[in-house]
Amino acid sequence: MDIIRPGTQIDFMKYRKAAFALSAALIIISIAALFVRGLNYGTDFTGGTEIQVAFSKTVKTDEVRSAIDPIGLAGAAIQSIGEDRDNEFLIRTPAEGDTGGEAAQQIEGALKSTFGEETVDIRRVDVVGAAVSQDLKQKGFLSLFYAGIGLLIYIWWRFKISYSVAAILALTHDVIITVGMFSITGREISLPVIAAFLTVIGYSLNDTIIVFDRIRENIKKAAGSFDFPSLLDSSISQTLSRTLITSSTTLFVVLALFLFGGSVINNFAFAIMVGLIVGTYSSIFVASPILMLFSRTKK
Amino acid sequence: MDSFKLKGLLILAVLIVGTLFAAPSFFGSKEVPEGWIGPKEKIRLGLDLQGGIHLVLRVVTDKAVESRLNSVASDLKSQMINERIHYSSVSAESPEILQVVLRVPDDYAKLGKLITDSYPYLREANRSTAGGTMTVNYQISADEASTIRTQAVEQALETVRNRIDQFGVSEPSIIPQGNDRIVLQLPGVTDPERAKALLKNTAILEFKLVDEERSVQDALRGDTPSGSYVAYMKDGNQPILLKQRAVMTGDLLDDARVRIQSTYNQPYVEISFSRQGGRIFERVTSENVGKRLAILLDGKVYSAPVIREAIAGGRAIIEGNFTDEEASDLAIILRAGSLPAPVDILEERTVGPSLGQDSIYQGFLSMIIGGLVVVAFMIVYYKFSGLIADLALIANIVLILGALAVLGATLTLPGLGGIVLTIGMAVDANVLVYERIKEELRLGRTAKMAVEAGYKNALPAILDANITTLIAAIVLFQFGTGPVQGFAVTLSIGIVASLFTALVLCRWIQEWLVNYQKIERISI
Repeated sequence: MDIIRPGTQIDFMKYRKAAFALSAALIIISIAALFVRGLNYGTDFTGGTEIQVAFSKTVKTDEVRSAIDPIGLAGAAIQSIGEDRDNEFLIRTPAEGDTGGEAAQQIEGALKSTFGEETVDIRRVDVVGAAVSQDLKQKGFLSLFYAGIGLLIYIWWRFKISYSVAAILALTHDVIITVGMFSITGREISLPVIAAFLTVIGYSLNDTIIVFDRIRENIKKAAGSFDFPSLLDSSISQTLSRTLITSSTTLFVVLALFLFGGSVINNFAFAIMVGLIVGTYSSIFVASPILMLFSRTKK
Repeated sequence: MDSFKLKGLLILAVLIVGTLFAAPSFFGSKEVPEGWIGPKEKIRLGLDLQGGIHLVLRVVTDKAVESRLNSVASDLKSQMINERIHYSSVSAESPEILQVVLRVPDDYAKLGKLITDSYPYLREANRSTAGGTMTVNYQISADEASTIRTQAVEQALETVRNRIDQFGVSEPSIIPQGNDRIVLQLPGVTDPERAKALLKNTAILEFKLVDEERSVQDALRGDTPSGSYVAYMKDGNQPILLKQRAVMTGDLLDDARVRIQSTYNQPYVEISFSRQGGRIFERVTSENVGKRLAILLDGKVYSAPVIREAIAGGRAIIEGNFTDEEASDLAIILRAGSLPAPVDILEERTVGPSLGQDSIYQGFLSMIIGGLVVVAFMIVYYKFSGLIADLALIANIVLILGALAVLGATLTLPGLGGIVLTIGMAVDANVLVYERIKEELRLGRTAKMAVEAGYKNALPAILDANITTLIAAIVLFQFGTGPVQGFAVTLSIGIVASLFTALVLCRWIQEWLVNYQKIERISI
């Protein structure tokens, strides 16, 4: 069985201008969203108190709000999570340290007295101090940077500097669009989401490497006389089926994680899913065309 | 035996060892049955899966330095009296500055000599004379201050460990982090307030005489007699006038136990002193019969009974309308010793047991659904070769679980996500090899040649692709905390395991098929 008929040759390079336009549009939208909407940082990065609570009967967001309003917590935000039938909510307040712990206790007390002791299940309480959250934020974004540097060096060592730069540019493209999607959808950036971004960085390179490996091999076979754009086309075409299959198998499991993995891991799965799709696209339509640009400027 | 068979045996050995180590974890929360010969270690579950509390404490080391200066101040006072140095006050001005105010500036030289002889780690920072008094500031040396800070953190770590041990948490993790932080993981504990109360009390126990000669009302109006101060009762907050000097402290404590007062069923804590402590307590009580002795913990007065007679035998009781829980926690704190400095709570994460249960269920559900889709896809697309890859996938999961158990790594929810992800990524190597084999077959190669060339040619790309993911995982491990590190660990183990199963196990099976079973058509 073959999803791509053997010997198929697709002229990918012909579409490079359209691909660049699409990528440029996506990147501009992402960056604009980052400036306009910003990112919805979770408690891990802002500091404060976050309470996840589930009720064993039907409760609406407004009812939760009016239950905790009398406590008079400044800036408390209530958000329904999961399916409606889960009756599960996230309550966030900027209080931290001991006040955070107290706020959590007050909220628990207020909810239990309003809805009944037995119906309230406090599932998770996070109180993160400013010192810790600043630390995590800094380390989180630094780690993306370090991973990028490490990979740049590795690919440089295994291939050539032009391949390495092309791969890292494609990677940056993937990360910007993935982060942009978080800004557009307003999904929360938490520690596991940063972990997912890093995984995207590592994994989205795989397809690019498969293509680059084939390009290198084809250059060797051609022994000096070749037309670079058509060599790129045939390299991508020859590896297209495996690019699609490897991405699909991973997409299957990430989709399963996204649909059935529960609220805690949902954003994590979303990040990998977006990164995977964008990464597969970029390994075909971004990395190789950039390589072509480099080879042209050299001549 | 040829090397091919030997390789087969080695692979089998790896799989058997992996299975043995993975097996105990399949019993879940049940005991491993008697007579099981293999290892018994199960995979440790992270707090996000089994429920519990994660706390980051900061030891306020400034206070430890300051309290050292305060004790220097009180020693210095008596030394200055002996040396006839006329001072009006000695106190810690800031955490690192000791301030001495001299009534007679001419005593400065004597003071200087006393400081150099007795406290070589104090250096004069500056001095000034005004209105006939001289103020001298001494700075504690950086070395000494840093030693005090380090010791304070070490001692705090020790005390925290003692308290948690006595509290009875199974498999707690208590590790220092950075200069002044302590990270605690308390599985199964779900009452953060109680846990924090247990940890935050510095637990300094003092016995002070009540000042009954003067009235507390006068003191409250601002006329506090020298040598006394106003403290407050723990229950009811009534003010009480106490002598400043503690006649005894909790250092000489030997044990603390909860007892129940039979008439009202009211719990109290009975403390017993060491032999030396008992003697001091007997002397203090005999000297002050008829007076009231206040018992203070962290500055709060728990009770202030009248001393009816000298108390021999080195025992005292602390009452205070406790609940059973409060009494038992107080006894724990007293037995475990005091903290050298107060602690702040920087981070607190509590996961209730219901969320952990749901997370495990949802994690496994997505693993099974995702896994089945991948397994089915591989069989449909690659037929018999796909089945081999599926077997390798199962071996891969068993090896990951076995490795987690051997390494004593913690399985967290993102870690579980990492295993799910690995299922999707593990077959990638098989896909790359199979596509190569197909290419070779199309070129008209024999089955034997195609298998050989397929594995050989796919190798560099597979290695490069996996190493890049591994680099990202290693960076993640460096930066991550708790759950995220768990993800980095399972991802890394998963990558290594999948390289083994795809490049060693599958290769062996397929070479065996074409070389020994003389299969001429590969089902792929």
